[in-house]
Amino acid sequence: MLKINNLSANVEDKSILKDFSLNINPGEVHAIMGPNGSGKSTLSNILSGKKGYEISGEVLFENNNLFELETEERAHKGIFLAFQYPLEIPGVNTNIFLKTSLNAIRKAKGEKELDAIEFLKLVKEKARELKFDEEKLNRQLNVGFSGGEKKKNEILQMSMLSPKLSILDETDSGLDIDALKVVSDGVNTLRSKDNSFLIITHYQRLLDYIKPDFVHVLMNGRIIKSGGPELALELEKKGYENFN
Amino acid sequence: MDKREKDIEKLKDYKYGFSTDIENIRAPKGLNEDVIKFISNIKKEPKWMLDFRLKAFERFKQLKEPNWQKPKYPKIDYQDLYYYAAPKSMNDKPKSLDELDPKLLETYKKLGIPLQEQARLNGIAVDAVFDSVSVATTFKDELTKQGIIFCSMSEAIQKHPDLVKKYLGTVIPTTDHFFATLNSAVFTDGSFVYIPEGIKCPMELSTYFRINASETGQFERTLIIADKGSYVSYLEGCTAPMRDENQLHAANVELIALDDAEIKYSTVQNWYPGDENGKGGIYNFVTKRGLCKGKNSKISWTQVETGSAITWKYPSCILKGDNSIGEFYSIAITNNHQKADTGTKMIHLGKNTKSKIISKGISAGFSDMTYRGLVDINSKAKNSSNYTQCDSLLMGNKCGAHTVPYIKNKNFDSNIAHEATTSKISEEQLHYCQQRGLNPEEAVGLIVNGFCKEVLQQLPMEFAVEAQKLVGISLEGSVG
Repeated sequence: MLKINNLSANVEDKSILKDFSLNINPGEVHAIMGPNGSGKSTLSNILSGKKGYEISGEVLFENNNLFELETEERAHKGIFLAFQYPLEIPGVNTNIFLKTSLNAIRKAKGEKELDAIEFLKLVKEKARELKFDEEKLNRQLNVGFSGGEKKKNEILQMSMLSPKLSILDETDSGLDIDALKVVSDGVNTLRSKDNSFLIITHYQRLLDYIKPDFVHVLMNGRIIKSGGPELALELEKKGYENFN
Repeated sequence: MDKREKDIEKLKDYKYGFSTDIENIRAPKGLNEDVIKFISNIKKEPKWMLDFRLKAFERFKQLKEPNWQKPKYPKIDYQDLYYYAAPKSMNDKPKSLDELDPKLLETYKKLGIPLQEQARLNGIAVDAVFDSVSVATTFKDELTKQGIIFCSMSEAIQKHPDLVKKYLGTVIPTTDHFFATLNSAVFTDGSFVYIPEGIKCPMELSTYFRINASETGQFERTLIIADKGSYVSYLEGCTAPMRDENQLHAANVELIALDDAEIKYSTVQNWYPGDENGKGGIYNFVTKRGLCKGKNSKISWTQVETGSAITWKYPSCILKGDNSIGEFYSIAITNNHQKADTGTKMIHLGKNTKSKIISKGISAGFSDMTYRGLVDINSKAKNSSNYTQCDSLLMGNKCGAHTVPYIKNKNFDSNIAHEATTSKISEEQLHYCQQRGLNPEEAVGLIVNGFCKEVLQQLPMEFAVEAQKLVGISLEGSVG
């Protein structure tokens, strides 16, 4: 599904990712763990299409050259990024945002757009599943939401859009244990033989709830070790400093 | 191509930019007593009306053109303009729409203003002003049954002279500022509305202004009177053909609300803004003033200003009656080389008067936007209050936004609150929307509509949809 071959990225002559390679097959859950500044967020930014990086190497998503696709085209093809810092958009109703987004993607895929009634039925169902406060759906997007609510809103959007590849960028940071449970429920519900996940995190904790197939340790822009879930436990015990 | 793209494609080069080839009657070029007499004469006006005009012209000759505004413009040669242009076919005024010049009907059809009976479906009564004259008013009969008068100003002068005499010039006197006085001298047509005591006008009243002839100024005059306990919602829309020269539009609008009456006045102004290099476009120098004359009366201005090369206007409320309320909701968008200096004046004279100002300014491209507003609470206006919220949104780094509030409070029982913000659409917000599948234009449209929401909500439904689209389209090409 996603093939990253020798990806290097620089910002203003500072090298952030160095010859990074990763292969994600349909249905797989990959976790990338690493300390601050190791290049984790750069990776998710680049995959989502954020500008401002000098890039070399190759990224293929279902055999499409990702770098030839605009950000929104990547979304249409099924890439979703749960942002580390979800944005506030004042004046824009959360429901309207969700509906606009869902219909933009449905339209691009040649599917029928949902009318208001169909949409509301779906969003209420998903919100209930995720214990997302329905009243918040009528508030301005992320404005006045707590950190945890913002993250839950990302997961709600993910489950509405049912993307093929979901990238979670430190979605667990700052979450209490209940919210963490909601986030992992969202992922586990969407998990299937077709849908893949790339979970970026500092901590092993999230992986108690979402069992990854692979764990990669990222240091200074490179994967220094890959393994199964046990690698996360080892990392937790030793810490990043002593791991190398 | 999907529907939105098609719509955008259609509108890309200013949808209303066509001109209609119609034979005109014009007054001789220039501004003098003879031209004013010509206008008055061709409209078969009574003597008191001509006297009103000549008095204004006397005053005009002593006035200097103001120069304090932020957007500067090349000197206008007032002797090099036509002050009256009318389709020739209007000379023998048609008695019904069927007798109208088909070319005129075609023009309004292109503009999306159905004048014929199909208009019934929209439930909006329309008065259409083409260059200097009102060409058609729909739904007259139905309104007449309730005693509502909705007609062109020329007709009102003939048929309802008492009302016109009593109210015309009482809010904007003939001794007012330069452009208002010019209008008083040479105004050609416009709309007249009278709502009798206790009547709630059952439909939206709407005037559609169109400048067609070249080198012609448009000076329309609108007068709306809401008698005791009545209510009316009035809409105006404006377009003009694309021309390389700048055209002057200096209208006067007077509103009068008596005891317990309410007037809601909405404008969607989409005059030709000039091309992307700033050539051509309308100078929109308009005086709009409402008088809350009676107690418990209310006047509410809502404007969506997206057109014109220069917009220079301050729709105002004079809150004379005790407990009266004035409101001003504004969205002003400037793109390319457009300039705007707009805002409002709230003059509190009566006790317990309240005013509210919500202004949203959006500037993109090389444009420049100024919010200028006056809140003046008189010493006798005990226990009054004003709330002002003034937000600016910048797109790109070549445009400007300025906020110039003037605040005067002359008593201790009243309070004034002013809030202002300036923000930019951030790269991060755009990226976030794009990651959710929206293209950059859709993303900007969504964010800007969110920014303007409080004002869009004030518009009548029929206009709100139109305005939302217009907001997106006006900012076409301003991303990236």
